[in-house]
Amino acid sequence: MSGYFRVRYSEDFALLDTRVQKAWFAVFSIALLSYPFFANALWLDLANQVLLASIGAVALMLLTGYAGQISLGHAGLLAAGAFTTGILFKEFGASMWLTLPASAAVGAALGLIFGLPSLRLRGLYLAVSTLALHFIVTFAGGEYESRRGFSTGIVIESPLTDARHWYFVLLAAAAATLLFGLNLLRSRTGRAWRAIHGREAVAEALGINVHRAKLSAFVISSTLTAVSGCLFAYYRGFVSAEAFSLYITIQYIAMVIIGGMGSLLGAILGTVFVVLFPYVIDAATALLGIAGRLASGIFAVNYSAFGLVMILFLVFEPQGLVGLWRRMQSWFLLWPFKQRPLSR
Amino acid sequence: MQLAVNIVVLASIYALICCGYVLIYRVSRVLSLAHGELMMLGAYGLYATASLFGGHPVLAVAAAGTLAFCVGIVVYAALMWRMTGESVLAAVLATIALGILLRGAMILVFGTQTQYPLRDLGWSNASLAVGSARISAVGLALVLATALTYGALFAFLRGTRWGIRMRAAGQNPLLAAQRGIGLHGVYALAWGLATFTGGMAGMLIACDAGLEGTLVVIGLKAFPAALVGGLDSLAGALVGSLVVSAAEVLLIHYVDPLLSDVVPFVVLLAMLAVRPWGLFGTREELDRV
Repeated sequence: MSGYFRVRYSEDFALLDTRVQKAWFAVFSIALLSYPFFANALWLDLANQVLLASIGAVALMLLTGYAGQISLGHAGLLAAGAFTTGILFKEFGASMWLTLPASAAVGAALGLIFGLPSLRLRGLYLAVSTLALHFIVTFAGGEYESRRGFSTGIVIESPLTDARHWYFVLLAAAAATLLFGLNLLRSRTGRAWRAIHGREAVAEALGINVHRAKLSAFVISSTLTAVSGCLFAYYRGFVSAEAFSLYITIQYIAMVIIGGMGSLLGAILGTVFVVLFPYVIDAATALLGIAGRLASGIFAVNYSAFGLVMILFLVFEPQGLVGLWRRMQSWFLLWPFKQRPLSR
Repeated sequence: MQLAVNIVVLASIYALICCGYVLIYRVSRVLSLAHGELMMLGAYGLYATASLFGGHPVLAVAAAGTLAFCVGIVVYAALMWRMTGESVLAAVLATIALGILLRGAMILVFGTQTQYPLRDLGWSNASLAVGSARISAVGLALVLATALTYGALFAFLRGTRWGIRMRAAGQNPLLAAQRGIGLHGVYALAWGLATFTGGMAGMLIACDAGLEGTLVVIGLKAFPAALVGGLDSLAGALVGSLVVSAAEVLLIHYVDPLLSDVVPFVVLLAMLAVRPWGLFGTREELDRV
């Protein structure tokens, strides 16, 4: 008799199961940790962008992919975190140790306030109130800018200047977010989210407090997003209301769709895809020799390509990149067969 | 007096845009977040036909209207049709994707310059006197178009065969389908009508203020009006537009012009807190397991 057996509860709880998984995890961690020593400035910046965005993407995945609520205020929440940081820095010269928790608190408070209306109705009402959140937050940020005379934006001095240092900080932050998400989803809260995504009425009948689960999903998601916004402000060294347009929200939604709904791995894959996508488009237009003709409208090319890719994924591969990956995996595992045996 | 005229014109803009949101939501329970872009596409349709049928402005307007209706049908047949069986979440995300695709495509095709379709049509935007206030000719056209559209829609939904089918499909799709109503036809018609009315709003706004990217934001700002009135009620959309536009015009006039982008959303939030199903919307019933 051969095989792998779990004989202790601790083994049942472990995130890494088998020896092969542990070995792969070690290889992967070493690769991630040694990456900044091989990458050049551009690739390091790209990696930082991916890590930064992955925090927001994981937050949105928890809300949309697991709890099944659409948020159109992701850019607004990022802006809330970034402006909290910017204002605290400008007005009080606060350090990162103060601005980070303050951003988180602002995110949580906004999540609570704007999540409340969605409790009274089922369906897509969170999308509606978060749209309001987006416009109100960016308006307030713009007002602050113009009232205080920072018409072009708020400049923030970052405690970290070296891109390599940033890489490790962001890696730690992204890893912490991922670990938090993974464990949260295995807990009672995460299971409640999945239940209300499946069917709200049934979840309620099973004794889940739907209101609390929905609100907790939105509060947790917006807190993480605001923290990501705070880090964004420090990383860019610059905060301006124009940087947080609805397009940013759509980008994050694209990450979640393209990566694959209902999978944290999907959020990460989607982030990589979305962050690298404009550069791929750039390279493609340069290769085709039409870069000069499109130079003025390169962002328009990005827009339409994004929309097209999102639609293609929604129509043909709703499971996203993760779905593709899983299908490939099972193809290799099952070869030469096509289907899993019926009895397991 | 001038304020009242401004409110009525703005309300008719919002109302004309809103009925697209309401039609699609009422019939298929999908929130179309691509409505702003579809509206802009309608306006660009007018811009294109205006140069195509130079010298025949009436023909150009009619062609643009037909085009907008067809675009709606095509959107349903090409994309939303596939989302019919999927969850509402997927359908709404698909409309977001469609919106960004259309926005990019429009910039690529038509550029980012501000266009003036009214000038291309060879008409001028005269200023007319109403009592002590003034209203632009296009503004008057907007009010008339909105009144006409709502009248026609009420008659259509109450009296005609297709209108009754649409209401039935909105009330209970399964039952409607079993009674022999082709849901795809009804949904396609809803999308066509929504895009037609939205496109008409887009054309008129473009005639008044020029055709540029901010049109999409106007489309989004009309959304609170639909919700304040109740997302599944046409009469509500009319009242909601009046409420939102009154709040917007008065606050702009008495407080701060910069508030214009935020006011509709503040009204929306207040409404969501007090009566989230809207003034005239039907309150959702309890779900059955």
